[in-house]
Amino acid sequence: MTTPTETTPTTEPMTQDETIASIGNYNYGWHDADDAGANATRGLSEDVVRNISHLKGESEWMLKTRLKALRLFDKKPMPNWGADLTGIDFDNIKYFVRSTEKQAQSWEDLPEEIKTTYDKLGIPEAEKQRLVAGVAAQYESEVVYHQINEELERQGVLFLDTDTALREHPEIFEEYFGSVIPSGDNKFAALNTAVWSGGSFVYVPPGVHVEIPLQAYFRINTENMGQFERTLIIADEGSYVHYVEGCTAPIYSSDSLHSAVVEIIVKKNARVRYTTIQNWSNNVYNLVTKRATAAEGATMEWIDGNIGSKVTMKYPAVYLTGEHARGETLSIAFAGEGQHQDTGSKMVHMAPHTSSSIVSKSVARGGGRASYRGLVQVLDGAEASKSNVLCDALLVDTISRSDTYPYVDVREDDVEMGHEATVSKVSEDQLFYLMSRGLPETEAMAMIVRGFVEPIARELPMEYALELNRLIELQMEGAVG
Amino acid sequence: MSTLEIRDLHVSVETPEGAKQILRGVDLTVRSGETHAIMGPNGSGKSTLAYSIAGHPKYEVTSGEVLLDGENVLEMTVDERARAGMFLAMQYPVEVAGVTVSNFLRTAKTAIDGKAPALRQWVGDVRTAMENLRMDPVFAERNVNEGFSGGEKKRHEILQMELLSPKFAVLDETDSGLDVDALRIVSEGVNRVKSTTDVGVLLITHYTRILNYITPDFVHVFVDGRVAEQGGPELAERLEAEGYDRYLVGSN
Repeated sequence: MTTPTETTPTTEPMTQDETIASIGNYNYGWHDADDAGANATRGLSEDVVRNISHLKGESEWMLKTRLKALRLFDKKPMPNWGADLTGIDFDNIKYFVRSTEKQAQSWEDLPEEIKTTYDKLGIPEAEKQRLVAGVAAQYESEVVYHQINEELERQGVLFLDTDTALREHPEIFEEYFGSVIPSGDNKFAALNTAVWSGGSFVYVPPGVHVEIPLQAYFRINTENMGQFERTLIIADEGSYVHYVEGCTAPIYSSDSLHSAVVEIIVKKNARVRYTTIQNWSNNVYNLVTKRATAAEGATMEWIDGNIGSKVTMKYPAVYLTGEHARGETLSIAFAGEGQHQDTGSKMVHMAPHTSSSIVSKSVARGGGRASYRGLVQVLDGAEASKSNVLCDALLVDTISRSDTYPYVDVREDDVEMGHEATVSKVSEDQLFYLMSRGLPETEAMAMIVRGFVEPIARELPMEYALELNRLIELQMEGAVG
Repeated sequence: MSTLEIRDLHVSVETPEGAKQILRGVDLTVRSGETHAIMGPNGSGKSTLAYSIAGHPKYEVTSGEVLLDGENVLEMTVDERARAGMFLAMQYPVEVAGVTVSNFLRTAKTAIDGKAPALRQWVGDVRTAMENLRMDPVFAERNVNEGFSGGEKKRHEILQMELLSPKFAVLDETDSGLDVDALRIVSEGVNRVKSTTDVGVLLITHYTRILNYITPDFVHVFVDGRVAEQGGPELAERLEAEGYDRYLVGSN
C-alpha cells in the first residue's frame, strides 16, 4: 500500500535498493471531492439490481437479464485457480454510483471538478490535437462526456456509451449482448451482467474503416466503489476499428473492485484492434473478462498493458470460428510490491487454417508477482492451424517472482505449435554499461525496462507509448511517490 | 589541462574461493593529451585496472587512490565518474534490447553534458562520426550491441568516445578481435579524438600491433598486478621482439 505524496526533488543518488523500491509507486494518486459516492449503498441484493435498472429506466428484457445473472453469480464458485481473491468483500462494495444526472454534450458542459480531473489525464489536449476520434470518458459509473466526430456519424459508425446504446438501439443490443460472454461464463461475468453500468458500444458498418482510434478513459473515484463497465463492439464484414481504453484511478485506503466485461464480434474479413493500458491504484482487484469471436478471414488483436492494481486476472480471448481467422495478443505486465498480475491470453481454434499468436512480457520488482497464464486450444476439425506463444519475463531484483502456466489442448494432428519462454534479470553489467555513459542508476534501469517492453510499446498509439514511457520513468525515479 | 593520478592502487575480486588480490599497488599518472599504453600478459590485471577506474561493482578497491584533478574518483558512483569526464571503451560491451543506438547516444550525451544537445548540430555530429568510422547509417537504428560483430562493437565504443568527448579515455583491448582494416579504422577514430580534443588515453593491449597506428607517449608493462617496467615507445618495440617471457620468469 502506498500513499500519495508530493514530488520532492533530491540531489542524493539512490542506492539500488531504493531505486528498486521506487519502481511501481503510483503517481496519479490525486482525487476529487467524493460527493457523488458518499451516499451510494453498499452490498448486493435483488433490490440493488432492480434499483440500478429502475434508475436507468431500462426495458423489462434488461432487468430480467440482470436478475438471472445475479442468481448465477450467487451460485458460481470463486475462481481459486489463479490469484488470491480472499480480500474481496462483496458486502462492502458500492455497486452503482451516479456522478451527474445528465450526460454532457461538450467539454464546456462538464462540471469544473470533473474537467480538472480530465485535464490531469490530458484528455482535452488529445481532443484538441484530434488524435482521437471521439472520447467517451467514464467518470464513476456513467459516461458524462461523449463526443463523436462528424466523419464517424457520416460513415454510420455508432460510438455510444452502453446505456445509451441499450435505449437507442435495442435490436442490435439484444442480439449481441451476452452472445460472446454469457452471464454464466464465470462468477465475475455474472456479477458484471447483474450490475453493469457504463462502458462503450461500438458498431462499425460493413466495409467502413475507422482511421483514427476510438478512445475512452475510465476512472474509479469513490472509495470501495465497484466499477462494472460493459463494452460491446461489433465490426461488420470487411470493416476495421481500433478501440483504445485507458484506466487510472486515485488511491484509497480500502480495496476496490473493477470487474468489466468486453465482448467483441469480428465479422467476416473485418479487423479489430483493442488496446488497454490499465493503471489502477494498488488496492484495486481488476478482474476482467474480455473475449472476441473472429469469423472467416477476420483478425482480432488485443494489446493489453497491466501496470497498476493489487490483483489483475485478465486473459483476453479470441474464438477463431471461421476459416483463416487470426487472433493476436500482445501483453505487458508490471508487478511491483504487493501486486500480482495474473495475465495472459486464450486462443480457441475452431475452424481450419486459423492462426494465433501470443506475445507476453512481464516485469516484476519489489516482491511483486507476474504470472503468465495462457490456453491454446485446437478443436477437432481445425486442421492446418498455427499457434505461436512467446513469454519473456524480466526480474528487476531477487525477491520478485515470475511464473508461466502455458496450457495447450490440441485435438487435431495437422497443426503447428510453437512455445518459447524466457526469464531474465537486469544484470549488473547492463547497469554498469549504461551508468558508465553518465546515466544515473534510475535512468539506466528505466532504459533497460523500456527496451524490454519496446516490442509492445511500438504497437501502441503514439500518445499511449509516450504515456507508458513516462510511467516507467516516474516509477523508476522515486522522487515521486 | 587535467591529470589522472593512480596511487598505490590495490584491488581484489570476490571469487568462489574467497577474495583474490589482482592489483598490488599500481602507480600511474596520465595528463591531458598524453597516450599511455598498458601492456602485459593475460591475467596481469590490465582489465581490472580499467574496470576499477570506471567503478564496476565486482572490483573492490582495498587501498590506494584514483584522483581526477585532485578529486577522489573512488568516492564517485559509476555515472558520476562518467560525468566527471571518465570514459571506458569496453572489450565486451553488453546488449541492451529494445534501445536503439541513436536513442542511447543522445541519452548518454544529455547525461554527460547535463543538457540535451542542440538537435541539428547533434544529428550532424553523429552522422559525421559514423561516416568517419565507416558505419552504415542504418546502424543508428539497431539495438545497442544486439547482433553486432566484434568489429561493430569496437567501432560503436569509439563512436561514443568521439561523441562524448571525455577528459580521459580507457580503451580496454580495443584491438582484440579486429582484422587489419577494422583495426586501422578504429585507430584512426582514436587519433581523430586525440587530435581534436585534449583527451588523455590509457590504451590497454596485449599486442603491439595497435601501437603501429596509435603512437604512445609512454609504455607501462603490467606483470602480476603491478607496473614492472615503463618507458617510451621503444619499450613496445622491444616487447614485440622479445615477448613477456622475461617478466614472467622474473616474477616467478
